[in-house]
Amino acid sequence: MSWIEIKNLQSVLLNDIPRLKVEDLRDQLIEKIKSGKRLVQFFGDAENGDVVLYAIAADDNASKLFIASTKFTSQKEFQSITPEIPSAHLFEREFFEQYKIKPEGHPWLKPLRKGIAGIDSSEIPYEFFSMKGEEVHEVGVGPIHAGIIEPGHFRFSCHGEKIYHLEIKLGFQHRGVEELFVKNNGRPGYLQKLSESIAGDTVIGHAGTFARATEALCNISISRRAKLIRTIALELERIAIHLGDLSALSNDVGYLTGNSVFGALRTKIINTTMAICGNRFGRSLIIPGGVNFDISPELRENISSTINQVNDETALAAEVLFSSASVLERFEKTGVVDKATALEIGMVGPSARASGVAVDIRSDHPFGAYEFFPVHKLTLNSGDVFARSYIRFIEIQQSVKIINDQLENFTEGDVYKAISPLEPNRLVVSLAEGWRGELAHVILTGNDSKIKRIKIKDPSFHNWFAVSLAVRNEGISDFPLCNKSFNLSYSGFDL
Amino acid sequence: MLDLIKLRRQHGYQAIPDIKNAKILSTHRGYPIIDESKCVSGCSDCENVCPTNAIKVNPLSIDLGKCIFCGECERACPGGAIKFTNEYKLGSTGRNNLIITSGKLFADYEKEAIELRKEIHKIFGHSLKLRQVSAGGCNGCEMELAACGNVNFDMGRFGIDFVASPRHADGIVITGPITKNMAPALMDAYKSVNSPKIVIAVGACTISGGVFEESDELNRSFLNEIKIDLYIPGCPPHPLTFINAILDFIGKKI
Repeated sequence: MSWIEIKNLQSVLLNDIPRLKVEDLRDQLIEKIKSGKRLVQFFGDAENGDVVLYAIAADDNASKLFIASTKFTSQKEFQSITPEIPSAHLFEREFFEQYKIKPEGHPWLKPLRKGIAGIDSSEIPYEFFSMKGEEVHEVGVGPIHAGIIEPGHFRFSCHGEKIYHLEIKLGFQHRGVEELFVKNNGRPGYLQKLSESIAGDTVIGHAGTFARATEALCNISISRRAKLIRTIALELERIAIHLGDLSALSNDVGYLTGNSVFGALRTKIINTTMAICGNRFGRSLIIPGGVNFDISPELRENISSTINQVNDETALAAEVLFSSASVLERFEKTGVVDKATALEIGMVGPSARASGVAVDIRSDHPFGAYEFFPVHKLTLNSGDVFARSYIRFIEIQQSVKIINDQLENFTEGDVYKAISPLEPNRLVVSLAEGWRGELAHVILTGNDSKIKRIKIKDPSFHNWFAVSLAVRNEGISDFPLCNKSFNLSYSGFDL
Repeated sequence: MLDLIKLRRQHGYQAIPDIKNAKILSTHRGYPIIDESKCVSGCSDCENVCPTNAIKVNPLSIDLGKCIFCGECERACPGGAIKFTNEYKLGSTGRNNLIITSGKLFADYEKEAIELRKEIHKIFGHSLKLRQVSAGGCNGCEMELAACGNVNFDMGRFGIDFVASPRHADGIVITGPITKNMAPALMDAYKSVNSPKIVIAVGACTISGGVFEESDELNRSFLNEIKIDLYIPGCPPHPLTFINAILDFIGKKI
């Protein structure tokens, strides 16, 4: 039986999704990934006391998604696919934690979110990998970190200053987001606000991904004008975070001019977002059916002049930053993730593109206004901190161009359209390219036309493992720099 | 070298000179003004659309400790009874002050929101070092707190800073709804701060649970044991909201 083929945001009847034998699903998924497809989702759903496992693979070149499922009735284990497909590593751990079905032979089967703090004796305790040997020592950091950032625990196994292994234990931020979506499935207004708080640095990204999933399940299409406004907001979010990251990266190497200048430029961008919707992070802008706020001609001019000014000033600041010998000395050849590794562990977003992997959902699986124009995929090859920094700079320039194009092609029309109830017994995959990479929400509706299961994936889910690999054989003092060059989300991972 | 000089000139002086009277965009959603006389009888649209149950009708009130300032109530109201202003000084030392009732003007709110305690002014009035703990925060509040120290807001010039260790701190700033997994670490951090110490709750999530209030993954028992000295509402609170609340709380003259 072959897998059903759909596109991004095309909903499908749950009954139309092929149900394979567990072994067949496993074999075919391995075959698909080995032939160049990407594992997008792998999650369970409780169905009349049984557990159904859904697997979704993407063919990025052909803009296609493939889905199949399998059912576990009494069976409580299956043969792990992680040894063959490393990118399935966290998906299998998550599935095990949520449904207690064990991937036999999984090399790293540990708790993901529950039981992380070791407070509940009914949960599986978390055991760290440990190294033994003369002069080998361990450094533990977190969950509370030195800066104003989210919590997570890092355990370094070092020899002298050199990191041999870094184990990242997350889950401290687990707020039960997916459960909250299902529990409150009768309050669509609340759900949209909840989606904004999945990761507060990716408000537009997650809120847009969720809203588009909802709209696909209602089978409505929103106005072009609303799509343009969402695109402008998403690109502003990308510019703002990338500027903030360049500022923080400068700070991490003691280059304080960069820290100040990029930080001030970021303020201008988030204030532009506030001019549109009243919140610096774009909260409350996106609702299913369109947007809450229109952009007036006067505001369009303001946005245009602000981003063009920021673009010019960024260009000068980047010129100074990337020609400074003391900065390059720290950035270049630090924290390298090569292309083969990036592909193997399923990296996404700018971090993957900095390692030469051409993956960008705006171009691979177009959504919203990106259906109207092509987005050129920007890639670099060195996969080091320099590449992950420089790609942010060139993506800022690209985003400025995209926003300018949208402002020039602004169309007339309403920005909001009332939505109808969700269609029952369907599944939709909503992919989007947030500033950090691929966002993937999958929603399943029940008989009652309400959400019965939502699976949320932040790009951090794929990329955290890359941080572990990037710091191997680096000095421990380079960890903050490597970590910042990825800038991953804790709450987006922990849900 | 020339580029660097050019860059410094272009950057100029960015700090907001008078932080207590800083202007903010008119679009910013801050203090809400409620006029119950405009309510349509029998209507509870605002209550129904509120994602965090911050609004109660009969009599109409908004709890800023729960409010995420999304403005859905204002849009839903057929009579125009709720209007969000751009007033950003929302910090309060009392939880009950945060419940805004009909007719309460911002000037009245501001007057009584922050109670200046002599001992706080005496101990922390010149310098206040804080340790931030994110306990399930989505990174919204965290980014705004980090922004307090950037070149625009430059909180450090008032002697207020975030420090790396609770041992160096005079108090802790909590963000997030306090997850089960962070509850022990939060308590550890609190205990590690030397007395006398203060506790500041930032954002709707910490104050009330916010959009995560109904989650089974929270453990908010910390708040039953430890008294909050200062509440800073918002989702997330603007840096101006945070800085001004602290300045008023410690009675800092600038």
